[in-house]
Amino acid sequence: MNVIDVLEQKQLKSDVPRFKAGDTVKVHFKVIEGTRERIQMFQGICIKRQGEGVRETFTVRKQSFGVGVERTFPVHSPKIDKLDVLAIGDVRRAKLYYLRDKIGKKARVKEKRV
Amino acid sequence: MKALLGKKVGMTQLFGEDGTVTSVTVIQAGPCVVTQKKTVANEGYAATQIAYGDVKPKRLTRPELGHLKKAGADPKKHLVEVRAEHDLAVGDEITVEAFEAGDEVKVTGVSKGKGFQGVMKRHGFRGGPGGHGSRFHRAPGSIGASADPARVFPGTKLPGQMGNARVTQSGLTVVDIDRERNLLLVKGSVPGSKGSLVFVRG
Repeated sequence: MNVIDVLEQKQLKSDVPRFKAGDTVKVHFKVIEGTRERIQMFQGICIKRQGEGVRETFTVRKQSFGVGVERTFPVHSPKIDKLDVLAIGDVRRAKLYYLRDKIGKKARVKEKRV
Repeated sequence: MKALLGKKVGMTQLFGEDGTVTSVTVIQAGPCVVTQKKTVANEGYAATQIAYGDVKPKRLTRPELGHLKKAGADPKKHLVEVRAEHDLAVGDEITVEAFEAGDEVKVTGVSKGKGFQGVMKRHGFRGGPGGHGSRFHRAPGSIGASADPARVFPGTKLPGQMGNARVTQSGLTVVDIDRERNLLLVKGSVPGSKGSLVFVRG
């Protein structure tokens, strides 16, 4: 095992659920406002996962008041309090950039029947 | 003395307690052995010579082996001198413990070679338009006046070898050290490719 992997191993979270692009996720993100800490939700479709090890990130896209909003989080960030996978998407791609050009009903992702 | 030779291992990132991400370069530094003390009386200046990198004895010349033997050190590949007087004796070992988190350091290495490059890549010139019959794409343009001065001024930015040169990156901070594995974690990037020799000093 190389040195970088050893250093990254220590920082990896063990409680990260399995999810991939297309899944609907709810990110419980810690926000510090002055001295107070509260938890902010960000719910949407994961459109990509990128990188590996401690550097891995994922991007969540949602529609907010008719405007598309994307937010990228590090998978192993200590600021992520909890990550819920609400639905598993049925998609054929690893990066769902095509959703950016779709509006309304077409911007949905089919849910996978389990 | 805050000086060590080492190898660049690569880059990674560290999460802070508040979730902030710090990009760090991992350097496998030391242990280095003091192989010679230079003094004002003997050499005309004060300095400490340190050695790093184990090699087979047959990779060194006999004078090199003799020099290291005198210091009681194993065959080492790299020698470097640090100017100034230090409280160290010949044969002493320096490890990453010489540094501590928060120290400001300079890191010297040989930058990645890019070969012979034009002015756009080497000096960031803007170049010309790609099309519309401009016929001026990546050339440097004018490099000076004509009959007077009838020469190109020294230092004019022209195409040439880029990279593969000794570069010092100063103002870096030590984020963490790992005594067991002889690692230095330095905030930011350092010159050179992975596995290349770097010289870290305070």
